[in-house]
Amino acid sequence: MNLLSFFNRRTSAPVARERLQILLAHERGIVGGKPDLVAQLREEILAVVRRHVMVEQDNVQVKMNRDSDISTLEIEIEIPAPVAARA
Amino acid sequence: MAKVLVVTSGKGGVGKTTSSAALGAALAHGGEKVVVIDFDVGLRNLDLVMGAERRVVFDLINVVQGDAKLNQALIRDKRLENLSLLPASQTRDKDALTEEGVARVLDELREKFDWIICDSPAGIERGATMAMRHADVAVVVTNPEVSSVRDSDRIIGLLDSKTELAEKGGRIEKHLLLTRYDPVRAERGEMLKVDDVLEILSIPLIGIIPESEEVLRASNVGSPVTLNNPASAPGRAYFDAVRRLKGETVELTIPTDKKGLFGKLFGRRAA
Repeated sequence: MNLLSFFNRRTSAPVARERLQILLAHERGIVGGKPDLVAQLREEILAVVRRHVMVEQDNVQVKMNRDSDISTLEIEIEIPAPVAARA
Repeated sequence: MAKVLVVTSGKGGVGKTTSSAALGAALAHGGEKVVVIDFDVGLRNLDLVMGAERRVVFDLINVVQGDAKLNQALIRDKRLENLSLLPASQTRDKDALTEEGVARVLDELREKFDWIICDSPAGIERGATMAMRHADVAVVVTNPEVSSVRDSDRIIGLLDSKTELAEKGGRIEKHLLLTRYDPVRAERGEMLKVDDVLEILSIPLIGIIPESEEVLRASNVGSPVTLNNPASAPGRAYFDAVRRLKGETVELTIPTDKKGLFGKLFGRRAA
């Protein structure tokens, strides 16, 4: 590790700047075109799934990651096994 | 013509009340007739910062509801006769601030004063929206810190959509006042720089108030920093901000209490 990287490691302001730029791009609706598009997608996708299967709130895992270039929405739904299939 | 100026920020503790008092006193010092209104109903503090806490009889809510005349509620500053304070109520609820009532009080104040400074409470609830509602000019107080910058961004959005001026299709004049700035830490990369904040918020800069012991010293004794120590770094920074507010072009420097070195090193031009 050279002297420069030692000093760079200590500067936190550039991190603050980047975090703010990403966050505000989302909050202003620049990314995705609408304020909180990802949150809206999450709600609507869950509503569609619920129309077909009863899903317990506990069996849904939602992960969101907002980044400067891409945002990801990961939805994991445990669909219950069909109750006593037709005999 | 009277100007209604709102001092706002979203986040609490960034220096709205300090700045309202300091800007108001600096304007009054220059001969303008100024009234500073505390909109923080229930948590008033402008009276304390201006050293008038023992002289409050009636307040903004009393005037809004017609229980007191404006002249009964206005407190004239003991140091500057053309500076007045309209205190907030300490016991009432923010919901007592009606839009029509506030508009009526502001119309009456426009007849008597050159500048009406509305000290907004933190948050985006009724007190804050009422403080900005009828403003012509906004001073957005921001610290070089992530949560303050985010909240300022939100407030700028509200200024552009929820004010009377914006609803009529106009544009409210907005200025950034960066407070508690430490040029040494910013240069070391430990604090967001002036240009970082300006780039993110993209509104013109009206002043940079350096972090200084003088601010606490002034509030301890109940005197706006521009009166208590006009030659101090924050004192000079607020006086410069007031000159810009009045339309003058003033070179942008960060005053310092220590022998003018940083002011020279970090001098820049106003946007």
